[in-house]
Amino acid sequence: MLGLEGFGVFLAYIMSIVAGIACVVYGLKNWNIPPAAEVDSEINEEIEWEKNDPENEERD
Amino acid sequence: MNILLITIVTLVYLIITAFFGYLGWRHTKDATDFLLAGRKTHPFVMAVSYGSTFISTSAIIGFGGAAAVFGMGVLWLTFLNIAVGIFIAFVLFGKRTRKMGHNLDAHTFPELIGKRYNSKLLQGASGLMIFVAMPLYAGSVIIGGAQFIAQTLSISYEVALFFFVAVVAVYVIMGGLKGVLYTDAFQGVIMFIGMIILLVSTYYMLGGVIDGHQSLTNLAPEAVKVWGKAGHAGWTAMPETGSVFWWQLISTIVLGVGIGVLAQPQLAVRFMTVKSDRELNRGVLVGGVFILMMTGVAFVVGALSNVYFFNHPDFGKISILAADKKVDNIIPLFINTAMPGWFTALFMVTMLAAAMSTLSAQFHTMGSAFGRDFLEQGINIKTRSTILTTKVSMGIAIILSTFLAYFLPRFFEQGSAIIAIGTAIFFGFCAATFLPLYFGGLFFRGITKPGALAGFFSGLVTASFWIMFIHAKESVPLGLCKALFGVPSLAGASSLRFVDPIVIALPVSVIVTLLVSLVTKSPDSEHLERCFSGLR
Repeated sequence: MLGLEGFGVFLAYIMSIVAGIACVVYGLKNWNIPPAAEVDSEINEEIEWEKNDPENEERD
Repeated sequence: MNILLITIVTLVYLIITAFFGYLGWRHTKDATDFLLAGRKTHPFVMAVSYGSTFISTSAIIGFGGAAAVFGMGVLWLTFLNIAVGIFIAFVLFGKRTRKMGHNLDAHTFPELIGKRYNSKLLQGASGLMIFVAMPLYAGSVIIGGAQFIAQTLSISYEVALFFFVAVVAVYVIMGGLKGVLYTDAFQGVIMFIGMIILLVSTYYMLGGVIDGHQSLTNLAPEAVKVWGKAGHAGWTAMPETGSVFWWQLISTIVLGVGIGVLAQPQLAVRFMTVKSDRELNRGVLVGGVFILMMTGVAFVVGALSNVYFFNHPDFGKISILAADKKVDNIIPLFINTAMPGWFTALFMVTMLAAAMSTLSAQFHTMGSAFGRDFLEQGINIKTRSTILTTKVSMGIAIILSTFLAYFLPRFFEQGSAIIAIGTAIFFGFCAATFLPLYFGGLFFRGITKPGALAGFFSGLVTASFWIMFIHAKESVPLGLCKALFGVPSLAGASSLRFVDPIVIALPVSVIVTLLVSLVTKSPDSEHLERCFSGLR
């Protein structure tokens, strides 16, 4: 088991790497989700939200 | 150590950081501009900047040192960091937090939960809780940085602390959280490169992956000699189930920090400033790899440092003994003795980067928690300028955290993993107080305002009680239990005294939140429609 004595430790070692790979797969699969049109409307919503931030120095 | 080399590398790093900060500032006149520019930002830049905020000197030096004691079982925390701290946090919590934050026009974490439950009391109380408890975490991050500088430059811890805080404070006060995307990403890249070099050279030094692990496995009798009675079974095996070491590893380190990450106010705020769900999806990719390379490498190298020190003619003993029983000194000592001089200089910069990105987010969160959430919203004190109030509160938070960084190493018994404990206490508090109402508020309409308040306060009281009177790791040095009841822990000799507060306080908080919500009037549907608009 990769020179590791306990199965619990071996599992932790492998699972950490598997979790990292799973993140890569998820990220690649969803790279362009949601589509551009939806992203644009989300960004506009985000801009409105930013404008309302009490710490936004531009705000009246 | 070559002081000149370190000074030059550190200065170059600080100049590049300042340059990126200037670029960001010049190109973004206001927040709207910043976001519009952000449309073109490469997703890599976005995601690495998250990662550098998550990971600090606490994870690398503090928990890396803990791995030198507990062994590679700490890797369960890496697994949770990725599975919970990245995947669940981004995909499940992140998207809903962003949307609900926008629906309610909430700009801080206390404001989000305060508006979700229509409760100024909740907003004020959580703001105060963050301001009081987070210095423990920020202090732990500072200890990690100062410890490394003290060891590398052979100066006293106090001098290193002063120098370190001075650099970070200038950075935080000048920069703040916004507009530092490129600085954060630059810091993330430095951290990534530094950790890859550390991993490869450590395995190379010990003869490869399997041989390195095997040498550590063969060293098990040395661990048993020191900690056998407490349940240690060697660095490549889990501690005996139910033993002191097992409870500390599983309940405090793995569960406390692994689950507590979901309810971190400074990270939840980050989700609201993400431009779209697409950025969160992409962030999962980069974040997962980044966290694996940060905590995974720190824990593996921390554990393997035992082989290095044991075989080294100048030491001939395991890491904890080589570092004079200072857990938080193990990684700095390893870097300084095992790695070449140029790497020590690079690692110094890596640690500065790791601390600066995390501390700036923490100080900003504490500043707004006290200034806006507690003073302005919670107890209704109108200040002349919100920005100024936040900045003054930030200054107080920096002083408080520095004081703790000075005081904590004197507080715990020798041999304690102070950084890991300090971090875990804060994460535990966040999980016990915020997690049930935050999760419930994002996903369920039926959680009521009295339910959320009852859950918050029951979690807070249970966790505080457990820390002061049951959990021996804190109750003994605090001394309150001894003064009031004449015993170091109310748990007596039972294993309960090793059980981390999160194991008790989180379930209490969950049950109370649910029960009170069941018997109290549900919130009006108009408010709920506003909260959940656009959310399934």
